[in-house]
Amino acid sequence: MNPDTETYSVLRQFADSWMLLLLFVFFVGVVFWVFRPGSKKTYDDTANIPFRHEDKPSDATTDEGENSEEEGKK
Amino acid sequence: MSNYIKLVALGLITLFAMIAINHARDTAYLVHAIIVMLTAGGLFLYTLRQTDEPANPQLQDEYLDGVVRAGVVATAFWGVIGFLVGTFIAFQLAFPGLNFDWLNGHGNFGRLRPLHTSAVIFAFGGNGLIATSFYVVQRTSAARLWGGNLAWFVFWGYQLFIVLAATGYVFGATQSREYAEPEWHVDLWLLIVWMAYLAVFLGTIIKRKEPHIYVANWFYLSFIVTVAMLHVVNNMAVPVSIFGSRSISLFSGVQDAMTQWWYGHNAVGFLLTAGFLGMMYYFIPKQAERPVYSYKLSIIHFWALIFLYIWAGPHHLHYTALPDWATTLGMVFSIVLWMPSWGGMINGLMTLSGAWDKLRTDPVIRMMVIAVGFYGMATFEGPMMSIRAVNALSHYTDWTIGHVHSGALGWNGMITFGALYFLVPVLWKRERLYSLTLVSWHFWLATIGIVLYAASMWVTGIMEGLMWREVDANGFLVNSFADTVSAKFPMYVVRGLGGVLYLMGGIIMCYNLWMTVRRAPAKEASLATPVLAE
Repeated sequence: MNPDTETYSVLRQFADSWMLLLLFVFFVGVVFWVFRPGSKKTYDDTANIPFRHEDKPSDATTDEGENSEEEGKK
Repeated sequence: MSNYIKLVALGLITLFAMIAINHARDTAYLVHAIIVMLTAGGLFLYTLRQTDEPANPQLQDEYLDGVVRAGVVATAFWGVIGFLVGTFIAFQLAFPGLNFDWLNGHGNFGRLRPLHTSAVIFAFGGNGLIATSFYVVQRTSAARLWGGNLAWFVFWGYQLFIVLAATGYVFGATQSREYAEPEWHVDLWLLIVWMAYLAVFLGTIIKRKEPHIYVANWFYLSFIVTVAMLHVVNNMAVPVSIFGSRSISLFSGVQDAMTQWWYGHNAVGFLLTAGFLGMMYYFIPKQAERPVYSYKLSIIHFWALIFLYIWAGPHHLHYTALPDWATTLGMVFSIVLWMPSWGGMINGLMTLSGAWDKLRTDPVIRMMVIAVGFYGMATFEGPMMSIRAVNALSHYTDWTIGHVHSGALGWNGMITFGALYFLVPVLWKRERLYSLTLVSWHFWLATIGIVLYAASMWVTGIMEGLMWREVDANGFLVNSFADTVSAKFPMYVVRGLGGVLYLMGGIIMCYNLWMTVRRAPAKEASLATPVLAE
């Protein structure tokens, strides 16, 4: 067989079996991970990122507002 | 020290451009060599004058907003240019006399059409994405842009790419790959600029002060990475000469077609969709002053969109030499795309739940919401058109053009306008926009323009499709191609008028933004003000 055709066949078989399974499992994993217990608190904090640090980067001033996780890092 | 290296590099580039001018094999390449020579030579002189002068300190306690301001100006400017060229070529189709003889073919539809598509997608859309991504990534990372003046290199390098691409089209340099028309030397330049863009964006995310990467940045990053990948693969070609613009693609036949539409559809999927979704996930919550409806949904939206879009390209090649299994694959993935698209649309719209009254009082948020509405419509229509049986009717007709424009004018245009209306008062530290009445005018002109455009293209597209397939009792085709062309005339005029309205809206926006910068406080109620959390 032509070596190009052989590479194609191998890759194609891999793509529609193991790779497909891997991507699908990864995606299902993401969905489960998103709904893990306790995720709501984290995501509520993350969803509020746009409402902090509008004028200056974080270490410039002491920010007012609700940067809950941030204070711990300083 | 770095200035000396820069001077050597710029001097060498200028010298090479001069040699290239001497040996240029075609007009487009000659024009490009002249542009490069002037740019590099000018930069050489500029750098020379700056050398050994005290350098401006980089203020780490401030955001780098100058480049965002420049990006906002460029977005508005290229937008109007792109709409203008689009309106003109719409009338060229209706009145062929507008392909002027005295332009020696340089101003014909065939040359101006890629100029229009590149101007709106890459110059207007691309600049809008670069500017907003620089703004958003700084605010959501609580960090100044990484790389110092590298962001400025990205901005000016991208403008140079646009000028090279545009002049190339007019002088006839094209790879004939839709949305990837620029020739090899322009592609290489864009690659350099794009790598710098990726470095600035990623560098800022890496040095972020927030523990989490906000969802808008995920969308922006996927757009930057995927466009880099698409650009490299689809432009693999061998130049005929280093002193000429012509190149030969590495692929041939159906592989070439598949590569092109893998690129083409993912340019839609990652530049015009993922990138602009990044805009949606930042500017709609900001303008509505409430966080996104469901952050969990936004994560699922992201991964579903990324995993599905990349496979949808083959639906552009139904009934071609491409094997059936491949087009079926493209079709199936296109239909599954309904789910994340509508999930994202719902997430954007529901962000307003509890604040629906803002639709009545705030024309900027109205603009953003109608953008998301058009996104929903376009992503409903697209999967439908990807079904093989529907495609048999719609493909190669004006229905496709109408579909693209309801997405581009409605979704990309409107969300960008909304972002510009948000950004200008913030970036120029104005209390509010100059006039909300003018925003309303823009809103209605643009919306009516899109409706005229989309409706006329539906009519003419379906009519065209039906006329092409009509056979008589003996199996002969009833209509000639010219019959469909003359039947389309009234719809072409309506489409052109829709373009005029949309263009007028864009000009009104530029005036309004200009006046916001020049003299902000006027008689209108305050709005779009950055509400300081105090």
